Amino acid sequence: SGINRLREVQDQKISNVLLCNMTERVSFWFVVTDSARNVTTVPGSEVEAAIRMNRNRINSAFLLTDNTLQFLKISSTLSPPIEPTVPVWVIVFGVVLCLVVAAILFLVVSGIRQRKKNNNESAETGDLEDKCDTPVTTENGIPCDILDLKAGQINGVYAADDERFTPL
Amino acid sequence: MEKPRPLWDNPLQFIFACISYAVGLGNVWRFPYLCQMYGGGGFLIPYLIMLIVEGMPLLYLELAVGQHMRQGSIGAWKIISPYLSGVGIASVVVSFFLSMYYNVINAWAFWYLFHSFQDPLPWASCPLNSNHTDYDEECAQTSSTQYFWYRNTLNISPSIEEYGSIQWEQAICLILAWLVVYLCILRGTESTGKLEQLANPKTWINAATQIFFSLGLGFGSLIAFASYNEPNNNCERHAIIISLINSSTSIFASIVTFSIYGFKATFNYENCLSKVILLLTNVFDLEEGALTADNLDSMKNYLTSTYPNQYAELLPQIKNCSLEAELDTAVQGTGLAFIVYSEAIKNMEVSQLYSVLYFIMLLMLGIGSMLGNTAAILTPLTDSKFLSTHLPKEVISGIVCFINCIVGLVFTMEAGNYWFDIFNDYAATLSLLLIVLVETIAVCYVYGLRRFEKDLLLMLGHKPNWYWKIMWAFASPVLIISLLIFYLTDYIRTGTLQYQAWDATQGQLVTKDYPSYALAVIGLLVAASTMCIPIGALIIFIMKRLKKRNVSTLE
Repeated sequence: SGINRLREVQDQKISNVLLCNMTERVSFWFVVTDSARNVTTVPGSEVEAAIRMNRNRINSAFLLTDNTLQFLKISSTLSPPIEPTVPVWVIVFGVVLCLVVAAILFLVVSGIRQRKKNNNESAETGDLEDKCDTPVTTENGIPCDILDLKAGQINGVYAADDERFTPL
Repeated sequence: MEKPRPLWDNPLQFIFACISYAVGLGNVWRFPYLCQMYGGGGFLIPYLIMLIVEGMPLLYLELAVGQHMRQGSIGAWKIISPYLSGVGIASVVVSFFLSMYYNVINAWAFWYLFHSFQDPLPWASCPLNSNHTDYDEECAQTSSTQYFWYRNTLNISPSIEEYGSIQWEQAICLILAWLVVYLCILRGTESTGKLEQLANPKTWINAATQIFFSLGLGFGSLIAFASYNEPNNNCERHAIIISLINSSTSIFASIVTFSIYGFKATFNYENCLSKVILLLTNVFDLEEGALTADNLDSMKNYLTSTYPNQYAELLPQIKNCSLEAELDTAVQGTGLAFIVYSEAIKNMEVSQLYSVLYFIMLLMLGIGSMLGNTAAILTPLTDSKFLSTHLPKEVISGIVCFINCIVGLVFTMEAGNYWFDIFNDYAATLSLLLIVLVETIAVCYVYGLRRFEKDLLLMLGHKPNWYWKIMWAFASPVLIISLLIFYLTDYIRTGTLQYQAWDATQGQLVTKDYPSYALAVIGLLVAASTMCIPIGALIIFIMKRLKKRNVSTLE
């Protein structure tokens, strides 16, 4: 089934591949003879180089992979993990960062605008207290619902504790 | 006229805010670890007992204090007794330390999340060495997920003394994490509630400690959240609900985590076995399929007797694979979340989907807890009249986030993970116990239990029953005191503190001693928060003395 086709030497046949030392384990040693020069074997370094180049074809011929077919003394070049040209994580990071910054700016700007509107309104509501849409019951200018909750409001009319004793 | 205090829109928002604060990463990684170390299902018994004796009463106490005083932690304790203003400050200091390092976890979660969009996942396989002949040496010693965590993510140095430089990838993830936190707190209470969180002797002591820290007592966050409640909010019912949900999330998370542990242990065990089988088959040229998982032991004996010399040479390389040993390597903390889970995910079908979902869940847990922490810091700051008149709320939040972010950059250095572990282990543990002890004693004995009862009657419409009162007055303080004594004796007994450093040459963690300046930092962390309490009391005492003297000289 056409195992090896050495590039430099032609007319190689299966009969040129000699097996020996076969064990129970599916493993064997092999040498490749050179049919042109009958007795000698192809030097190991050339065989190694040829196998390295044709590794994929040899694997597929056996229906095996680099992990399941091992050539001793020939360490396979592992295929590096696929790395995309642009790191994906930077793209996703950029998208999320832009969204977050946009949201922050939107909230800050709208907050500033809201405060300006409130300042303008409070300058007017001083005169228009009677014409409020939602009548808030007030007592001395303090909404009633807050009065209920707090322990009491400090009334600035009464002097502070320190001044209880008139200085001499 | 004072501006009305912002309120939660409805009680549900408040509950969700508290749950999202309490249910955090501790539920996912610390509780399953404790369960495994201390007897599995049996750990639930001390855990549930501690929940009833310690967790719920203290949670109720903090919520009630916040809701009644309607102030953050500093103001609330000042109202109870002026001498206790140090307690509030201590809470804020601890929260500050916590927020410094906690957001780094969110940065890591973002990092993993962004890397989940690749096919295959980057931690699924080892990178190759320079001449592409074999896998990278460090990665070959350990697993690809550990390599991705220690090398790609942290780029960790061999010890805490070797600082290294700031890793810019981690730094930008940290900045992003702080921007997200700032975005969420920008609108104050209105936004924190809208995050819905659901996904997430030594045994007893660990149960007690776990309940304690899991509920987030003592940081001032619960007081801060509760201070935005309507005064008649039923915080008693909410305390029970929150603690039950927190515990059930922990238990649910452990069920998931145990299945992940089992999956990882089985996978590693089977991998180990196949490596041993391959090694033996190759060396002794045995037939394919002669060695299987079942006959491995008997075949090993046979080989030892038939080829004693060769087997003896091979012995150091043959690992004794044991499923129990794999199961016993329980990992906690960042190791569990990032190494074990990512390892399990990479072996699943459609791993990108699960990876994205998992890290989004981690992020939501982490950011939910961060919002509680920042609320603990910001509420007292915005309550104080001095700051809120000069600076708008957005600027105060921005400054706090900015300072925390800058300090947090320390944790992105090569030795950053070691400093992270220091903060994680020491910044909050001892100080929190002391803070909560002082809180309980203050409310029960300084403020007066009867007065507190009356306040609760005013707020909720009914007095607390005898169970709560016994827990507050006796059980919880006694428990906390015993926890404190245990921790102190443990620290004193073990002498110098040690830490786990990653050794790149061996591909595993080794134990080293902390250098003296690291010990100094640890001492400073604990002292900075605990000393606030006595110093605060002392300052108020001195100020009052001075005032009396001024008044008496005027007469």
